[in-house]
Amino acid sequence: MTAETDTPTASSAAPAARVGRRLPAAMVAWLQAAPLALVLGAFLVLPIIMIVIVSFWGATEYSIYPAFQFDNYQFLFGSPVTYKVFFNTFKYALITWAATLLIGFTVAYFLAFHVRSLTWQVALFLLCTIPFWTSNIIRMISWIPFLGRNGIANSTLISWGVIDEPLEWLLFSDFSVILAFVHLYTLFMVVPIFNTMMRIDRSLIEASYDAGATGWQTLWHVIVPLTKPGIMIGTIFVITLVMGDFITVRFMSGSQSANVGRLISNDIGLLQYPSAAATAVVLLITVLLVIGILLRFVNIRKEL
Amino acid sequence: MTTISKVRYSRRSLLKTGGAALAASALPAPMVWGQETKNITLRQFGTGVSNLNEVGQKVKEELGFTLEMTALDSDSVTQRAATQPDSFDIADIEYWICKKVWPTGNLQAMDTSKIANYDKIVGIFKDGKLTPESEIAQGTAPHTVGFVPEQGATTFADEPTQWMTLIPTIYNADTLGIRPDLIGRPINNWSELLNPEFKGKASILDISSIGIMDMAMVCESMGEIQYGDKGNMTREEIDATFAIFTEAKQNGQFRAFWKTFDESVNLMSSGEVVIQSMWSPAITAVKSRGIDCVYQPLEEGYRSWGGGIGLSKSLSGMELDAAYEYINWYLSGWVGGFLMRQGYYSAVPETSKEHMSENEWGYWFEGKEATGEITSPFGDVLAQAGEIRDGGSFYDRMGSVACWNAVMDENQYMVRKWNEFISS
Repeated sequence: MTAETDTPTASSAAPAARVGRRLPAAMVAWLQAAPLALVLGAFLVLPIIMIVIVSFWGATEYSIYPAFQFDNYQFLFGSPVTYKVFFNTFKYALITWAATLLIGFTVAYFLAFHVRSLTWQVALFLLCTIPFWTSNIIRMISWIPFLGRNGIANSTLISWGVIDEPLEWLLFSDFSVILAFVHLYTLFMVVPIFNTMMRIDRSLIEASYDAGATGWQTLWHVIVPLTKPGIMIGTIFVITLVMGDFITVRFMSGSQSANVGRLISNDIGLLQYPSAAATAVVLLITVLLVIGILLRFVNIRKEL
Repeated sequence: MTTISKVRYSRRSLLKTGGAALAASALPAPMVWGQETKNITLRQFGTGVSNLNEVGQKVKEELGFTLEMTALDSDSVTQRAATQPDSFDIADIEYWICKKVWPTGNLQAMDTSKIANYDKIVGIFKDGKLTPESEIAQGTAPHTVGFVPEQGATTFADEPTQWMTLIPTIYNADTLGIRPDLIGRPINNWSELLNPEFKGKASILDISSIGIMDMAMVCESMGEIQYGDKGNMTREEIDATFAIFTEAKQNGQFRAFWKTFDESVNLMSSGEVVIQSMWSPAITAVKSRGIDCVYQPLEEGYRSWGGGIGLSKSLSGMELDAAYEYINWYLSGWVGGFLMRQGYYSAVPETSKEHMSENEWGYWFEGKEATGEITSPFGDVLAQAGEIRDGGSFYDRMGSVACWNAVMDENQYMVRKWNEFISS
């Protein structure tokens, strides 16, 4: 932008001298886009191309060799475990999405419409981000002693007389995996939803009440439709994070459940890079398809 | 609770190593060798067990040259030894890794006539027999991959020759760890791991090459499968083993699987798990928190493992001499004592004796009652006077090894089945 506005001023100051060096407008645009394109090309596109290429290679126990074979994909699609693991991945993504959306929307709604002063809004919003001052892994692992057989949750419930025996399913189960996901990723839902809500014109809500709508009707027919872009951005964050995760599943399930990320990480641990690459390609395509479908519902660019 | 004590544990050991490093830099190495030797750097890499900073510092002090150490997991170690011979001088690997890597020709054999203490190396690493009456265990027993017929050969010799592939450094016998206070009855067999009594309270390690051996010990103990060779299973044997364990997993037998040392310690000390496959130093870590934990000797015997150091084929001249110097020093006792006081064994136990107190030697090696407090080289108290080591003496423990860690011909098939087992 700056270059384009600068060029005319400079050339008008010294027209004769600058004419020869003046770049065509198209060229300027290309140059402006070049740095980002180069960075993305080198650090995103090339590695992905590499992964796709390697997914057709072969592997021995301790080396990989270039080839063009479909063995990796054949094994992947031929194994019932793959389908089970993909099903698991979707299950985690879906449940986590529903939970984070519910919590995230509620929190954002409270911040945007119930907290009146801007100072308090900002203060409370910052409060939400405090857990993010520690590392992801720490936040996740701290659930383990809390949920364990002799953990705080179980001993409290027993002392209250709610249960007689420790609840085994609290830890190392799908429950603990999803709990950790929700804990880790709810903020990714809160931020974009809060952001869109803050930009809703308050007079629209007043108009809705003036027209005789109840609070629920206003929420459903005015606020939710106007918050859709935020919800969609949050959804994309949560879905991609959960579908690409492997470490949360490993720790919180006690290595007993698997999602696609763990399948890949196991393969890498065993030096089966081509097979890991093939799984990664299938996962990438799956996630892109999901996002493609999501974007059908809302045109984020138009509504931002 | 587990997390807090874990953090404290690691921070404390960090402080200790930090302090030791400080001490080492404050006391410059004596100039026993010429200036040229001082400039030599040997690059060693291997699994974490024996890649200890203390060893590197002692080498600098006593031999004068620098030892650079890199610790990797066993899969990466295998890959590096097999594919990048120029990236290291000394490979600290396990014997089953040697079986995989030696045929690539990236390591050179060592001349036993240059090894001062060769005659004192225990029989396990030479003819495979601890004592003349011992039976040789299944799996990749160290002596089967310990020698080659001549320098440059890529196949192993059937009997001891002048050319050794790895100089043994560290080894031990592994078994199941239990919480006697939570079990409350004697445990004598591997099959107890799948006993429904411990439903939801058992664990096994999620490292395929070792986990499969523990599984085999369990299945054999249950009387379900008779293996031809647990260290080299057929596809049918692999399938049958996983069928038994998958069923147990789906019935909720396991609380969790563990992959790292810390995880195994936390599972045990928090009481999530009362019986599981475990490593000797992990038992020590649980005990040092004041929790009762036993490395239970079992009737069917131990699953054993051993490591050694090998030389890169690109090593020559003065560096090669330095490497021999290092090996001779390694076997001369200080390292052995250092390792044995952590519960491992040294390849030449008698030289280590001079670096241990009589009480320590009696407790760790001879299986006698401790006459005083037993502490680790890092200062943690491991046992009180009157206690004896789980499993007894060196000969009791290493004499009842049922199988060695191994790599199978059907390894890739096994690995895929393992992945399925974890995901099932």
